[in-house]
Amino acid sequence: MPHNISAPPPEQYALSRPTYTPPGVLRSALIIARKDIQVELRTRSTIFSALTFAVLALAISFFAWDPTAVGPTDLAPGVLWVIFTFSGLLSLHRSFGGEQPTRAADALIAAPIEQEGVFLGKALANLVFIAAIQIVTVPAAALLYNVSMGPIALPLAAIVLAAAIGLVAVGTLFSAMAVTTRLAELLLPLLALPFFVPIVICAAQATSKLLAGRPAADVNGYLRLLVTFDIVAVVVCTLTYPSLIEQ
Amino acid sequence: MPPPTLLATHLTRTFGPRRAVAGVSIELNPGDCLALFGPNGAGKTTLLRLFGGLLKPTSGTASIDGIPLPGGPQVRAKVGLLSHHTMLYPPLTARENVEFSARLYGVTNPRQAAHAALSTLGALDYADTSVQSLSRGMQQRVSIARAIVHTPSIVLADEPFTGLDASGAAALSAVFTQLRDSGATLIIVTHNLDEALSLCTHAAIMRRGRFARLDTAPIPRLAEYTALYKELSVDAA
Repeated sequence: MPHNISAPPPEQYALSRPTYTPPGVLRSALIIARKDIQVELRTRSTIFSALTFAVLALAISFFAWDPTAVGPTDLAPGVLWVIFTFSGLLSLHRSFGGEQPTRAADALIAAPIEQEGVFLGKALANLVFIAAIQIVTVPAAALLYNVSMGPIALPLAAIVLAAAIGLVAVGTLFSAMAVTTRLAELLLPLLALPFFVPIVICAAQATSKLLAGRPAADVNGYLRLLVTFDIVAVVVCTLTYPSLIEQ
Repeated sequence: MPPPTLLATHLTRTFGPRRAVAGVSIELNPGDCLALFGPNGAGKTTLLRLFGGLLKPTSGTASIDGIPLPGGPQVRAKVGLLSHHTMLYPPLTARENVEFSARLYGVTNPRQAAHAALSTLGALDYADTSVQSLSRGMQQRVSIARAIVHTPSIVLADEPFTGLDASGAAALSAVFTQLRDSGATLIIVTHNLDEALSLCTHAAIMRRGRFARLDTAPIPRLAEYTALYKELSVDAA
């Protein structure tokens, strides 16, 4: 590699340095989410490992399933939500873990942006990854278990999205908390899973009712509960993140 | 008259009962370069993080361009942070990394600024190469481009020579000289006395959170300073 250094353009780096206006919370969140998605598109490590897990788990549960003992509409919701939970944990761990080797997260802390924007950006990218896993897993489950999801696509999508937002908000915060510890991969599920339980119970119950052919109005209560959880989780986690970073 | 780039008065930071930084005072102006030496655990990195607004002082005051620290985004916009960790995203190209940083600092034209910063660092030929494919020396140059893309008033470098071979260290010194001469203030924490003494206008040896010795130009010659450094370091150990 050559080591000759070109002369600096004096107008670029002068005493009269320009004053820039750093981006606001939402703008910085979009910049960070875009970067995380760009990194993932290059490596495909998060999506690939999570999708491999999802497809394997679906296949294993399918081959272990006795259709004469349990109906597909009784089994599929549980299988789906176990897969969403654990594949989600896989991608959540990489959210901050991928930045550790080069300490890229230090540059985010040193940047002149509100740290809430960093959290929201990370969470937004995680939501995209988890949604991508769900988009592949739900049709695959419908195919394997031979359940018709077409007529319930809209309410099911609403339930899946609402649950994903809650999982991502809580998971992103705990991922940031666990990443600097030596047992990050163990600590993240230990911290996050208890908070995932109410979301997964609601979502699995609602999915079960929809697959059983109950009207969409029957799951409105679950949807309202999930949305309420989402609002609380997003607000609390976003406001907690900066003080976590200060520690 | 403009305020000094960095002004610290009796700056102190404690972690529990331990005083990591104990009453440090210094004034640096545009074009000044402080080389900060000291044994491990002397408080150099903590002092750098205080200057960068990343830590709150327990007592004492400090300001950058007249803005009191820690100061929030307004102060962080004036600081360029550099360490032996590149703080880059290896799968992204050099250009994408520097552009990302420019966007976070609100630089008006991130693409143009990234291009100019990479050009200044002599890394333009590698702008579209992913960082993971670059040599350690070239990665460090990209990291400097990332740190200066927003033309900071002060560049804080924490052991930037670590992991570089002699040629890479010389190239990095050339970049620091360039930055210093163009008006940036530099603080370099390092164990590399040779490179740092050749470009600094101020040199300090830290011991137990304090400046055990602070020299301004003319700095003692390398052999003399090395002897002083060893004496103070051994004493600290």
